[in-house]
Amino acid sequence: MMDPLSWLDILGRLLVQLLPVWLALLVLFALSIGFKRRLGLYGKLFDSAVGMIGFALVMFWVFAALFANMIITHDPLAQFSGMRNATPGTPLRDPAGGYEVFLLGGDALARDVFSRMIIGAREVLRIAPFAAMISFMIGISLGLPAGYIGGRLDTGLTFVANLVLAFPVILLFFLLVAPEIQNTAIPRVMAGILFLMPVLFFTVLLNARFFTQPLKRNLYVGAVLVIGLWAYSGLAFNADPFGIWGMSPNLLNVFVAVVFVNAPTVFRIVRGITMDIRTRDYVSAAQTRGEGPWYIMLWEILPNARGPLIVDFCLRIGYTTILLGTLGFFGLGVAPESPDWGSTINQGRRLLTVYPHAALAPALALMSLVLGLNLLADGLREESLKD
Amino acid sequence: MLFFLARRVGVMLVTALCLTFVVFYLTNIPAKLETLAKTQAGSRISDAEVASWLDRNGYNQPMLVRYGEWLGVARGWTRQLDDGSMTGRCYLLTGTTIPGAAPERCGLVQGHWGNSTRFRAPVAEVIGARLGATGMLMLWVLIVMVPMALIVGVLAGMREGSRTDRTLSTFAIASTATPEYVSGVVFIALLASSTVGLSPLLVSWGWIEGPVLFQGNARSALEGITFWNFALPVMTVALYGMGYVARITRASMTEVMTQQYIRTARLKGVSFPSIVLRHALRNALIAPFTVIMLQIPWLLNGVVIVEVLFSYPGFGWTLFEAAANNDIELLLAASVVAVLVVLVTQLISDIGYVWLNPRIRVT
Repeated sequence: MMDPLSWLDILGRLLVQLLPVWLALLVLFALSIGFKRRLGLYGKLFDSAVGMIGFALVMFWVFAALFANMIITHDPLAQFSGMRNATPGTPLRDPAGGYEVFLLGGDALARDVFSRMIIGAREVLRIAPFAAMISFMIGISLGLPAGYIGGRLDTGLTFVANLVLAFPVILLFFLLVAPEIQNTAIPRVMAGILFLMPVLFFTVLLNARFFTQPLKRNLYVGAVLVIGLWAYSGLAFNADPFGIWGMSPNLLNVFVAVVFVNAPTVFRIVRGITMDIRTRDYVSAAQTRGEGPWYIMLWEILPNARGPLIVDFCLRIGYTTILLGTLGFFGLGVAPESPDWGSTINQGRRLLTVYPHAALAPALALMSLVLGLNLLADGLREESLKD
Repeated sequence: MLFFLARRVGVMLVTALCLTFVVFYLTNIPAKLETLAKTQAGSRISDAEVASWLDRNGYNQPMLVRYGEWLGVARGWTRQLDDGSMTGRCYLLTGTTIPGAAPERCGLVQGHWGNSTRFRAPVAEVIGARLGATGMLMLWVLIVMVPMALIVGVLAGMREGSRTDRTLSTFAIASTATPEYVSGVVFIALLASSTVGLSPLLVSWGWIEGPVLFQGNARSALEGITFWNFALPVMTVALYGMGYVARITRASMTEVMTQQYIRTARLKGVSFPSIVLRHALRNALIAPFTVIMLQIPWLLNGVVIVEVLFSYPGFGWTLFEAAANNDIELLLAASVVAVLVVLVTQLISDIGYVWLNPRIRVT
């Protein structure tokens, strides 16, 4: 049996273990910086130090999640004898041919903290960007008409949005993400409404552009409808005939709650921007040409609102990550063994003053990811303002 | 202005009604009522016993009727017991069993908030005591957060693009990226542990008396708030809220610093500190004021997390307990309070914005 590792050894081994991530980052950055003049806003990101640091942090976790199977040293759910609350760098009693140390120690159930942290990135990155995307499509599809058409529609939608925003997020989570709720129709009905929005969004988007060319229109809209409704049936109602799209009731519940909380804020942002852009000359020009309202909203206003929306999208992924962590912290809507960061922090906090490593590792991981997203958003904002 | 206020208050009431109904609906779905019956009457009771418990305690009426009962617009349920005495919502709440002695309606309108099934006490008492505790926490959070955020924002915004600006902006971004459950965990591990972090070092150097620098459990703050037991919870909440206010202040400050009147003052030869303090600051603080007001309900999330993490029995901790035990009337009361806080701060921020900014007029 070997001696416990020193902090320097641990650091060295962590760097080696994360080798796939370093290589991927190196390739990505070399390519991006090499071609940055041809890559539009993404390329401009590499002119700002803040943006590059943020992007590197985000991509670090994206690659860690992608290559998790190569990086982890142990099964994140398996328990190892004698490793309960082991301090970082403790060697295993009986490695049995596997990796011989727990790099970041063991948790209260004798599982490897490092492997759980890496797999946890996968859990978070599987939900957060996707939830932010759905929130954005809902916010855009409702915010554009509210800002452009105004009147009763605007009053009604704004009232509903304010209603949701007046709800303290945490109370909504306590009420909505519970095992009793999962067995009722509430999450399914909400998912049925919320997930329909992206399908409608793309249908209207393509129809508004191509309705003068029926052949192209039929092809594009048909493809969207087939793929969209297929995914919709699987995700919202778990009725996918091929079983490719699907979500466990747990996950669906969390997803719906997070989207529900995020969408009204996006709605308000989009509505505000639309009301501003509506008065521009190119919108009047399109109106004079006789374009339809949806064409103006989706192909004249939306592309010109992209700057602030891209920035907010990054921030919203970060905020969603924080919300998911909050849910995990209160043990809401997660499987008991789940390695996601929030619930790992929650389990680690009981022995926090004696063995802090089990809670600190996921806490710092979550913070670095959100920090990366916020820095990225800041870099993007700065670069998009330079135009 | 009066019309504006009246309309806002009307919208507030409608919003509060809608939201309490949503809470009522979500706490009263059959599965949750079953959980409630099992926590109250024993976890191993049969389905028939659950049904009879719900029937005996007035949970078997249509949901709208029961919502009306809670509001105090519908008649409370009553039932004659075998020995001739009466029981019912109003009999239980007023503590009488004599037929006819209790009022017909007893809900929010009449001032009855109901009883907490978790704490076995009137809801008004529970909420009142806990709100006081959370009020202290919020007060200290605001005392720490607001000046810090404003100073950081003004210092960063007064010379846009300078090194001070870059450092402070990065700090503000980092603080918005650190949710309470992360900073709380880091603070406890670093400052409140007797085996790791700073405390053992400081003890071995003989710099501090006790075993730890700060206490990781704030329960003792109920008896008396000290720097020792209250610093960590306050810092944890303040840190997350601070970054956002600081960034808004910075944005507002940089905008003001490019205005014509600032340039005029500079050309007149006014010194830089005097420009910042006398010309820029007052105009730059309009936006942060509204944001600080809107931040208060947002801090509520942090308060729940921090109170659970530091086991400080305040409003947030009560909300957590009520939700975990499906304590319907306590949850409803807590949501009324939370929603009122949100709506009132929104109203104050709107009025304050109009009042501070002479360019906006309400007609």
